[in-house]
Formats: sequence, C-alpha cells, structure tokens
Amino acid sequence: MYFSEHNKKGWRLLGVPFIFAIFLLAVPIATMTTLSFWTQDYLTLIKTITLDNYKQAWFQPVFQTLFARSLIISLTVTFITILFAFPIAYYISFYGGKRKALWLFLITIPFWTSYLLRMFLWKVILGYNGVLNSFFEWLGVITEPLTFLLYNSNAVVLALVHGWAPFAILPIFVSLEKIDRSLLEASNDLGDNNLSQFFRIILPLSMPGVIGAVLIIFIPCIGDYITPKLVGGPEGLMIANMIQVQFSKANNAPLAAALSVTSLLIVGIISLLFVFLNRKYLRNY
Amino acid sequence: MKKSNKIFKVIVIFFLVFLYAPALLLPIFSFNNSKVISFPLSGFSTIWFEELLYENTLHNALFNSLLIAISSTILATILGTLVARASTRYIFYGKKISITFILVPLILPEIILGVCLLTVLIQLGLDLNLWSVVLGHTLLITPFSTLIMVSAFNNLDISLEEASLDLGMSSFQTFRIIILPMVSPGLISSLLIGFVISLDEFIIAFFLTGVEPTLPVYIWSQFRFPAKLPSTMALGTILLIVSLILVSLFEYFRRRMELYNYYSVGLDQN
Repeated sequence: MYFSEHNKKGWRLLGVPFIFAIFLLAVPIATMTTLSFWTQDYLTLIKTITLDNYKQAWFQPVFQTLFARSLIISLTVTFITILFAFPIAYYISFYGGKRKALWLFLITIPFWTSYLLRMFLWKVILGYNGVLNSFFEWLGVITEPLTFLLYNSNAVVLALVHGWAPFAILPIFVSLEKIDRSLLEASNDLGDNNLSQFFRIILPLSMPGVIGAVLIIFIPCIGDYITPKLVGGPEGLMIANMIQVQFSKANNAPLAAALSVTSLLIVGIISLLFVFLNRKYLRNY
Repeated sequence: MKKSNKIFKVIVIFFLVFLYAPALLLPIFSFNNSKVISFPLSGFSTIWFEELLYENTLHNALFNSLLIAISSTILATILGTLVARASTRYIFYGKKISITFILVPLILPEIILGVCLLTVLIQLGLDLNLWSVVLGHTLLITPFSTLIMVSAFNNLDISLEEASLDLGMSSFQTFRIIILPMVSPGLISSLLIGFVISLDEFIIAFFLTGVEPTLPVYIWSQFRFPAKLPSTMALGTILLIVSLILVSLFEYFRRRMELYNYYSVGLDQN
C-alpha cells in the first residue's frame, strides 16, 4: 500500500520531465541513428538501409585522421589537466584551512565566463600580430613574430586545458575531503613516509574523484567545435568541425549522423574503459 | 611537510595566474585607443563601448538571447524541481534508470545534442527558430537544475512538512508556505546558473537558431572581421562583468542553502 502510493506520487512528479526527455533525447538519438543508415542524393533522402556511411566514416583516411587527432588531443588535455588539478585540489583540501570555500570560488569563477570568448582570447594571444608576439617584440626578445604558436594541435591543447581545468579540481577536491584524516596519522605512526603514504592511501582513496574529473574533461573535449575552429588551423581541426561541415556545406546529413554515432560510441567505450581500469586498480588495495 | 606546502602554494598561484591572465586582456584592450590588439598600449578610450550602442544586429541578438535564456531557465527549473522532488521524497519503480536518463545531457558532447535535435526537427519538417533553441537549452539545463534542487530538497527537514499536514494545512498550502520558502535559495541558484549557461551556449544555438542569431552566434560572426575586434573585446568585458555578478549571487544563495542545512542538522541533534 505504502509502496504503491509512492509509485503513484513519484511518477506523477516525474512524468512530465521524463516525457520531455523521451521526446528531446531518446527520439532524437533514435532518429539520428536511423538517418546514419540512409543516404542522401543532393536534397533527397534515400531511405534504403545501408552501411555505406559507416564504411566511409571508419575507413576513409580523412575521417580516421580526424578521429585519431580528436582522441589524442582530448586524452592529452585530460592528462595535463589532471596533473595540474590534483596538486591544487590537494593543497586546498589539506592546507586550505578556513579559506577552502574562497579558494574553490576563485578557481571556478572563470568557468562561468563565456567559453567562446575565453577560447577566442587564445587566438588573440597566440596570433601572428597577437598579444604575445607584440609583447616580445616590444621587449626586444624577438625580431620576427613567432609563427608556431597558433594554428596547430598544441594551441588547441593549451586552450582546452585552460578551458576545462577549473572543472577538474572540484571532483578531486570532494574525494580528498572525504578521506579520513586519522588514516594518514595511522600510516605515519606505522612508518610510512610522505611518498608511500601518497601512493598507498591518498591516491587510491581519491581515485573516484580522479575518474570523475577524467570523464568531465574527456567527454566535452572530444566533441569540442569552437576551440579547434578558432586556434587549430587546418592541422588542428577535430571531428566536430567535420560533422558540422557535412551537415551544412557538404550537405551530407547521413554521413554527419554516422560520424556523430561513431563519436558517441568512442566516448562510451573510452569512458567505460576508464571506469573498468579504475575498478581493477582499486581491487589491488 | 612545511617545504612541500610551499611548492604546492607556488603551483596554485601559477595556476590562478594562468587561469585569469587571458580574461584580464578583455578590459585592457577594450579601453585601448587602437584598432589593433597588440602591445604597447596606445591610450585610454571608450569609443569601442560607444560603438556597441549603434549595432542593431547586436541589440537583436541580445534580445533573442535574453528571451531564450529566461524561457529555458524557467522551464528547466520547473522540470528539475519535479525530478528532484520525486527523487528525494518517493521510492518508486524505475526511479534510478529514469532519473539517470534525464541526467544524460550532462555527459553528452554538446555537438551531439545539437546534431540530434537538428535531425529530428528537419525530419519533422519544422522550421528552425528561437523556440527550437529554447527546447535545446531546456534539455541542457534541466540536469543542472535537478542536481541543485536535489541538494535543496535534501536539506529540507521532512518532519516540518509532516507537521504542517498534521496541523491541517492542505498539501498545496504546505507547498506554498513551508516547502517553497525553504527551497527558495536552491530555486534562485538554479535560475542563475541556468541563465548563465544559456546566455553562454554556442553550439546548440548555432545548429538550431535558423536565421535569428543569439548573442554567442553574433559574437562568433564578428570574429571574422578584424576591424570589429576591439568592440568585440568591449562586449566581452561587459559579459564578463555580468557573469561575475550572477555567479557571485549564485555563491551567496548556495551558502544560504548550506546554512539551512546547518540549522536543520542542529535541530536533529537536539
């Protein structure tokens, strides 16, 4: 009786948002997947089921390069960001004292300012006549503007690290906060030095936060459109840029859909891999 | 231990400089009296801000963005509140999976959301307009609202609600007089964050907006013209200040929410 009452009231509340999500999430994903098995001849859709789009998406060198580059860039960004974020989260959690909330607030503010403008600023900073070049010339360090700064994969990595780092700190911080401080005292008393304490206690216990941060950064980075378009140049374009081109200029929506479904699969597989590796790692403790 | 502490402090300060330095360029160059964005600075001027006053396309884009941000934020907060209430108050079949499903947009790349919605709208033969962006943004913001409202409802002491019902209030009165005021910091946080996300969102709007630009889509179009750079920097400065104010307000209300939590924990212990 009690349970069925809960059932009724719970679903009465959840009904509208759930139907909304079905229509705006499940139906669109299903439609996109269906579209990816069709083909398009100029403006008319040919609704025969075929794997042609997937053959192109998976085996044509252009797309393979783009997928590989997107994957490498987002994995690099994730790695660098975690390397940065961990010591910072550690510092705030262990030495932040009464000002923890202030530190966190300072770090998260930039995340809420326009992403578009922040990425654009990197173009302004790294450009041929940009802030960095003009500043160095003014100082007399260089006579010719440096050209290797902008329009390559490294510029994309730099801008993305800047864009996502604030978000990586939070989950790591939360998991560090949860660590029982008496465990650390115990390990010190039993003869662990700081290094072995870090690898045997702090790192394993903060792993859920690290995995959270990895997913939070990796997923949006691999599908990023703005950054590669602004600072990547032809050598730094990623898969999202190709999806957009196929949708608009190339007028090949089915291929764009196949590329999207493939990206989604890659995101899913890599995310599951991270979660799986984490379990395996934690099983050793 | 003392020494390693210092090393960490250096990393943190280096990181904060890295984080803030680019944003500082916005105010510096928007007040600079030169068409080129480069050092050395040439002089103080407010012409780039004045230029913004005469950009009609900008005013339209701003109006569109405000309309979208306000509508989608209100819709998403209503949906998020419903999900959060169901999640924190009731146990029912399919609860975990249906709520996880509603949170999925959090872990989908935005371009995929954009492509999916665009595909469906085209297949249905619907026109793209501001309302299609409202739908997209509502979908995107609902998970954020849900998470904020879940923590707001978690802070709510269920015995207050039961007491009110026992003392003869109807469930609507209980909602209006007891629940609503207690979760209002959460509601305000959700509205603020939703507004900031929508005002800032580019890629979904880029796919779904049709012919009417939103503010980010307008800014994107300005990037192509070097002559427009300084006034774009000026616009960026204004946006930066607006986001700072909204996020500080958000932080204020978030702390209010934690205070409620603190008091209700205190009550439990007595």
